[in-house]
Amino acid sequence: MAAPETGPGTRPGLWRRHRVTLAFLAPAVVLLGIWIVYPTIYTIVRSLFDRDGSEFIGVDNYERIFTTDTLTTAIRNNAIWLAVVPALVTAIGLVFGVLIERIRWSIAFRTAVFMPMAISLFAAGVIWRVMDQRDTDIGAVNAGIAAVVDAVDPPGGLSTAEPSTERLGGTPEEGLSFAQPLQGGDVAPLGLTAIPPADVPEDAKQAREPAPVPGGIVGVVWRDFRPGGGRPGVVESEELGLPGVIVELRDGGGDTIGKVETEADGTFAFEQVETGEHRVAIGPETFEEPFEGVDWLGSKLITPAVMIAYIWVWAGFAMVVIGAGLAALPRDVLEAARTDGASETQVFRRVTVPLLRPVLIVVFVTMLINVLKVFDIVLSVAPASSQDEANVIALAMWRTAFGGVNDFGLGSAIAVLLFLLVIPLLLFNIRSFRREV
Amino acid sequence: MAGAAQRAEPVPIAVAREREPFSRRLVRLFSKAPLNALLLFIAVLWLVPTLGLFLTSLLPEDIVSAEGWWTTFSEPSLTTLENYSDLLSNEDITSALVTTLIVAIGGTAIPILVGAMAGYAFAWLEFPGRDWIFLLVVALLVVPLQMALIPMFSFYNDVGLFDTALSLILFHSAFGLPFAIFLLRNFFIGIPRDLLESARIDGASELRIFVRLILPLGLPAIASLAIFQFLWTWNDFLVALTFGRDTQVITVAIFSQFRAFGSNIDLIAPAAFVSLVVPLGVFFAFQRYFVQGLLAGSVK
Repeated sequence: MAAPETGPGTRPGLWRRHRVTLAFLAPAVVLLGIWIVYPTIYTIVRSLFDRDGSEFIGVDNYERIFTTDTLTTAIRNNAIWLAVVPALVTAIGLVFGVLIERIRWSIAFRTAVFMPMAISLFAAGVIWRVMDQRDTDIGAVNAGIAAVVDAVDPPGGLSTAEPSTERLGGTPEEGLSFAQPLQGGDVAPLGLTAIPPADVPEDAKQAREPAPVPGGIVGVVWRDFRPGGGRPGVVESEELGLPGVIVELRDGGGDTIGKVETEADGTFAFEQVETGEHRVAIGPETFEEPFEGVDWLGSKLITPAVMIAYIWVWAGFAMVVIGAGLAALPRDVLEAARTDGASETQVFRRVTVPLLRPVLIVVFVTMLINVLKVFDIVLSVAPASSQDEANVIALAMWRTAFGGVNDFGLGSAIAVLLFLLVIPLLLFNIRSFRREV
Repeated sequence: MAGAAQRAEPVPIAVAREREPFSRRLVRLFSKAPLNALLLFIAVLWLVPTLGLFLTSLLPEDIVSAEGWWTTFSEPSLTTLENYSDLLSNEDITSALVTTLIVAIGGTAIPILVGAMAGYAFAWLEFPGRDWIFLLVVALLVVPLQMALIPMFSFYNDVGLFDTALSLILFHSAFGLPFAIFLLRNFFIGIPRDLLESARIDGASELRIFVRLILPLGLPAIASLAIFQFLWTWNDFLVALTFGRDTQVITVAIFSQFRAFGSNIDLIAPAAFVSLVVPLGVFFAFQRYFVQGLLAGSVK
């Protein structure tokens, strides 16, 4: 290297230039050094030591990750998250992005779906925990399901009713049947109790035991209870008939051969029956219970419940990013395909999706990274009683290190595992991101 | 009018647009009715949970555990602001809101200032190994903050920073920095060289150039970065849960009411709603920057 002409002031100038540079960089170096670089090295080293850091134990902590029950549950759950959520979020974002191009109010739609992105995952979890309450009176999700289910399959009017005497047998699921075989000319008193006053139909009248009909089977279904009790199995004054109850006539083999509905005084009649033994029964639909509510926050469904909340938050992100990709697509290519006679679905599958591939992959990979680190929303949706079942890697790390166990060695190992899983994904994203620029 | 409304439709051939008969337009409108209905249903579905939280927060204590928020539609008289006035007199919550604000402002201002300084150095100051060091800083983006929780927990205890707002501010500042430096350096590098050169020839110091030239010109990037960082720190739960005990931010303060979720809903619902009103306000006020920043961070 030839020595350059060193004019006066070059050296101090150089020094000053570097001094200025250092001044500009120093705060960043300090923050990054103390809060990111040093802790990263520390955590990696710490993961090789035991709980209180006194003994070097090699990779024992890593083995424990895969042999401790709560931790394997966390890994399994996180694997389910990875398999389900990123693909769903990307698909929803794509569908929304394509559909809103065809409506006039796309900005309003976009705002509505994107809004949850602004609020904390923790608060989003609180929102869904309120929505997911089991009781159909206060949990909106179950109230919605109940409205549909009870409309399709209405609950019976007397879901709590029980036989008043042992003369009525069977189970509510197959219908309560009169124990004694009947023939034409018999009378069947079918008494029920345990009916709350609210369940008694408004048009109910004083029950009446009908007179026998030759060749027919008659009877009464009534609320075999009056203030003070009364005698079971006997129709008494102040005891109400139960109208609108379906009574089945069954033959000797148990097959249903006829159905009638009770009158306002509870009476029913099969006018003409064939000779031989018959039975009568109150149909099972009478006892069908109303929709009880799905136990979203219980141990079985907690992971899907948290996922729903999470998808609600992130769908807007996918929609906006994919929407920007769609807007940048060359319109003439799409139009050319349409002019050539391709249907909308063909255009979507053969042209739009392949052209959007890079954007879809970025969204998908970004969601993989987010899902690996999922934490806040699990703690806010899942009640303490189902947190073991809802466990994920980041939550397991926190609980191991700070949530009572206080094992910094194992906690560090879980953090390193998370780190190792995130690295390739983020490198991929940064690479495709640099290519785009 | 019809022409103006149609401009939104991507009709490639101008002739087709002008000659489209009224009957065809009518057909198209009706064929879109199911799509509009479907999307309207989805939009409502997406809004209902947040609305539900708000209406829940308006139900008095004795009603909220027995009746769903939708009863307010049929009985609007049930609603009351009582829960909110109770909230204002609840010192745990009010002090948590103040702490959250302090942390969010500090955790936004520091990384932006520090990141802008470093971004300027990486963009316009010459020094050996500049690009390599920049790459190293960007590489720090891959470190999940879980990697720092355990060491910083011990560190904060040792230096007496544990359970302070400052500990949260510094943690958020550091983890916001790699992205801030990356974004701002890339933005600053697009500033015309002539502008800087002439300022230097005029004898302006680097500090002066930075304050008078770079910061004002970088405002669009700084704004969207500020919005993101503010939302990130305001919405944080994990960091504040780890390093705070008595110093609680709002998410942590709500979390500490969780032990009896069902019976505390009259406190949890309004507190959660207040906690999300601030980021929602920021979002609606700066929606454009927000979306731009999001796109800058993911595709471009």
